[in-house]
Amino acid sequence: MPETTIAKTRPKYLDLIQIRLPLAGFVSILHRVSGALLFLFLPVLLWLLGSSLASAESFERFRDVVSHPLSKLVLLGLIWAYLHHLCCGIRCLLLDMHMGVEKNASRRSAVAVLVVSIAATLILGGKLLW
Amino acid sequence: MVKRIVVGAHYGFRDWLAQRITAVVMILYTVVFAVGTASLERPGFEEWRALFASGFMRFATFLFFVALVYHAWIGVRDIFMDYIKPTGVRLALHVVVIAVLVGYLGWAALILGRL
Repeated sequence: MPETTIAKTRPKYLDLIQIRLPLAGFVSILHRVSGALLFLFLPVLLWLLGSSLASAESFERFRDVVSHPLSKLVLLGLIWAYLHHLCCGIRCLLLDMHMGVEKNASRRSAVAVLVVSIAATLILGGKLLW
Repeated sequence: MVKRIVVGAHYGFRDWLAQRITAVVMILYTVVFAVGTASLERPGFEEWRALFASGFMRFATFLFFVALVYHAWIGVRDIFMDYIKPTGVRLALHVVVIAVLVGYLGWAALILGRL
């Protein structure tokens, strides 16, 4: 049988330590991280929603739980995850519609996603949690 | 230009589209929820419960959870397809994810049904 494939010799950098992602790539991997985080905490969030709606007593219990400093920290992280995932998702939808696909525009929108979601997290977290 | 041999039906297009449609549903709900929460007179149990108790909000919230579960399934499945190489392990994880997501949807329905 003749040789049908030639081994490619060009370097491949799949070493996570060596890879230097562009900013849009960094924002994109955070989309995945935030999505995974939200999935993992879904039962906690459902439990919180359930106890906040079931009765006046369970609402008080819900209040006690979310006012604990540690849960505030976790909730702040989840607020960020939701907002980042949301902003990054909107960016994806716009890119799908061929809006802002040029290098500069896409870099700017990646920065916007990062900045807007962190700023909104601080504002919303400050309003709701503290 | 990447030349691929496209075989089979849809080639992932349906999931790609569903991911985006469910995303739009959740974006719209987020706006509705944000407006509803912002217009609460004062933060308390009665107002909070009343926000969800209306027929529209119960319908919208349930729709949100349906979209969420479908969206999460495609997202988590993509993560597993990228990182979990052994087929058996991946299949087992897929089954677990489907099971918990179906359970979460039932849970959400119960929360809304008791209002």
